[in-house]
Amino acid sequence: MPILEAKNLTYTYSIGSPFEKTAVDHIDLSIAEGEFVGVIGHTGSGKSTLMQMMNGLLQPTSGQILLDGCDIWDKKTDRRNIRFQVGLVFQYPEYQLFEETVYQDIAFGPKNMKLSEAEIDRRVRETAEAVGLTEEQLKKAPYALSGGQKRRAAIAGVMAMEPRVLILDEPTAGLDPKGRTKILTQLQAFHKRTGCTILLVSHSMEDVARYASKLLVLSQAKVVCYDTPTGVFAQSQSLESMGLALPQITRIFKQLAEKGISFEDEVYTVKYGAELLKTRLEGRNPEC
Amino acid sequence: MLKDITLGQYFPMNSVVHRMDARYKIVITLIYLVMLFWGQQIWSLAAGLIFTATAVFCSKIPPKMIIKSIKPIVPILIFTGLINLLMLDGGDVYWKWWVIRITEEGVQTSVFMIVRICLLIAGTSLLTYTTSPIVLTDAIESLLSPMKKLKMPVHELAMMMTIALRFIPTLIEETSKIMAAQKARGADLESGSIVQRAQALVPILIPLFVSAFRRAEELALAMECRCYHGGEGRTRLRKLQSGLRDYIALAITLLMFAGVIVLNAVLH
Amino acid sequence: MESLISIRDVRFAYAAGDETEQPTEVLKGISLEIQKGELVAVLGHNGSGKSTLAKLLNAILLPTSGSVQVDGMDTTDEARLFDIRQRVGMVFQNPDNQIVATIVEEDVAFALENMGVDPDEMRERVDEALKAVKMYDFREHAPHQLSGGQKQRVAIAGIIAMRPDCIVLDEPTAMLDPQGRREVMKTIKRLNRDYGITVILITHEMDEAAQCQRVVVIDHGMVRMDDVPEKVFSKVGEMKQIGLDVPQATELIHMLREAGYPLDPEIITEEACVDALTELFSQKS
Repeated sequence: MPILEAKNLTYTYSIGSPFEKTAVDHIDLSIAEGEFVGVIGHTGSGKSTLMQMMNGLLQPTSGQILLDGCDIWDKKTDRRNIRFQVGLVFQYPEYQLFEETVYQDIAFGPKNMKLSEAEIDRRVRETAEAVGLTEEQLKKAPYALSGGQKRRAAIAGVMAMEPRVLILDEPTAGLDPKGRTKILTQLQAFHKRTGCTILLVSHSMEDVARYASKLLVLSQAKVVCYDTPTGVFAQSQSLESMGLALPQITRIFKQLAEKGISFEDEVYTVKYGAELLKTRLEGRNPEC
Repeated sequence: MLKDITLGQYFPMNSVVHRMDARYKIVITLIYLVMLFWGQQIWSLAAGLIFTATAVFCSKIPPKMIIKSIKPIVPILIFTGLINLLMLDGGDVYWKWWVIRITEEGVQTSVFMIVRICLLIAGTSLLTYTTSPIVLTDAIESLLSPMKKLKMPVHELAMMMTIALRFIPTLIEETSKIMAAQKARGADLESGSIVQRAQALVPILIPLFVSAFRRAEELALAMECRCYHGGEGRTRLRKLQSGLRDYIALAITLLMFAGVIVLNAVLH
Repeated sequence: MESLISIRDVRFAYAAGDETEQPTEVLKGISLEIQKGELVAVLGHNGSGKSTLAKLLNAILLPTSGSVQVDGMDTTDEARLFDIRQRVGMVFQNPDNQIVATIVEEDVAFALENMGVDPDEMRERVDEALKAVKMYDFREHAPHQLSGGQKQRVAIAGIIAMRPDCIVLDEPTAMLDPQGRREVMKTIKRLNRDYGITVILITHEMDEAAQCQRVVVIDHGMVRMDDVPEKVFSKVGEMKQIGLDVPQATELIHMLREAGYPLDPEIITEEACVDALTELFSQKS
């Protein structure tokens, strides 16, 4: 059962002005519940516009967005309620922190949902734990946290709404490798625990390859493909022609295949690649 | 998109008026404004009208743009017109009802005021349409530079204006981003009483201020790294240059102003 | 080669917020020599002190103890302040917050205007700088019309126009998309190669450090490693422990080495990795 669907979806900016630009061009898409989708594409490929349409912040020029089969722009739909069900974390979300304490900031979303005090408290504490913020840090002012902590507090603010779909626009931008891994593994754990659907927009092929179950590739306002990482990386040439770099490990295995050392599976994580090589070298696998 | 909005009112074109020295344009506009208020006869208004029309024609700015600039002040025009129409008394009475009297003088003055304000707006718009904000800032700095002797921080003011102009598009973009992000957390910006709406602005204004301060700090650092130390000993890439066309334009304006003064004196 | 910048036993502490707090020492005794014409990466995680180190190089900050010298001038010498800043230019992370003017060429001219350069010479130097970063065609654009990578190149041009000996770039690609990153890295490498400008690239991206001639790893305010990238990245365990990445090629080789296969640990490129593996397989068969 798909949770989110796009039907013939189009968005055009500044219609009728000299700046008119179609950012999303007749897209059809169906995302199953519980999927971890990595969204990749260049700046200007329409990713951000598509994500903002999915939670009802932007109204499509034409076409539909369906949540559980219902059009979110139907007259009867409460759009604010849609935003609670499809949570969206913008780029550099730490710049939106505004409350006096981290606790209050995480509670902002749940408060807008008009939940009970006890429920808000439970949600704030649970999500704070999920992103690794301590009791002590919840009492602090947002500006007193480090860069990575601020980012995680901001993400927790959206998680606390317990959305069924969580969309994150480059949540690791500007962080160092340690900070990146921290957020991504926490996201993975959150996904496992809650079973919510995640859409992760990223420029890093390495990252999406490691965490996503499906990849959505966008280029020039269109969907190029929506498939498993194996399926997507099998079309390496079309990806590279779009200027999207494959993970280095995948490129290494492509080159090995050209030299006669080929494997059936697509390789997109180092660990898996090393396993395959070791097995082959030990001669246990008579594959080639 | 918000960032596509053109800055200020500048309308880039290649015309004589665009190429004029901005300092002269400012001085001419000032004389023109004084002239509009000095003249009391229909002739002086006619002179202003011809002058503006010629300037618009030379600037290649579509007259539609000039009309567009007048649109926002239509309520003020109506208000001024009505006040003059109702308050002034003199000459023939055209229409009378209860305490309201429409008289010859009222109609004359009212039309006079409306045309005068329209010309005023048209003239100043033409200045901003034909001069980019940065050049305008440079010209103001240059015109005010004698004030430096009076310890007026002319360079600092100009620098502030430049930086403000530079960051307006950035901050507009940032505002729309923050608004979208808070909406995504369920912030309700569209409904409720005035008090509720004012409260709903807090989640937008605080991050905006924080970000503006952070930007200011980083910009100050970047300026320091590029040897900024105030206006002392500073040279400029772009030199404001005046030429024959500026002198001629100024001469015409002065002649016209003189004409208006003479007319005023003779006809009184 | 001679030393352009010498950093001798530098310590630095930011003043404490209030009296009860201890001032936090960010740099704990750093010594480095930067040679003329070098392309050096300073690699470290957030909070390692690498940005503080950058700010010490052009007298934005002054060391608490120890000394920083630029071409023989001590950064504490106030009389030489503008000399030092003109020789060691600095580019920051956020391209938006370092562009001052509303037109590209005016921004590039900003430093020259401050230095009081003659307008005719200024024109020449601005054009030259814009051409060096390949942004000459955009000279009359407004900054907000440019992409992140383009803005960052304009910021670099604004520094180049001062004709510095050295450029320090503090995470110049952190806020850019992959395309912008490639543009900026290409520009930096070209400036180093064709113009002989010394480049100090502060980063936490291992693939950028791998493109430099020398990598200095900073951790907890101290120099942990200082070597060619091949040697630095071969220490996979140590790098991971610091919180830094290594190229996937190096990691793959490392995993196979741990399983007992005789491979060269100093492999950081794809090509070298593929060659080494093919050779390993040919020996096997």
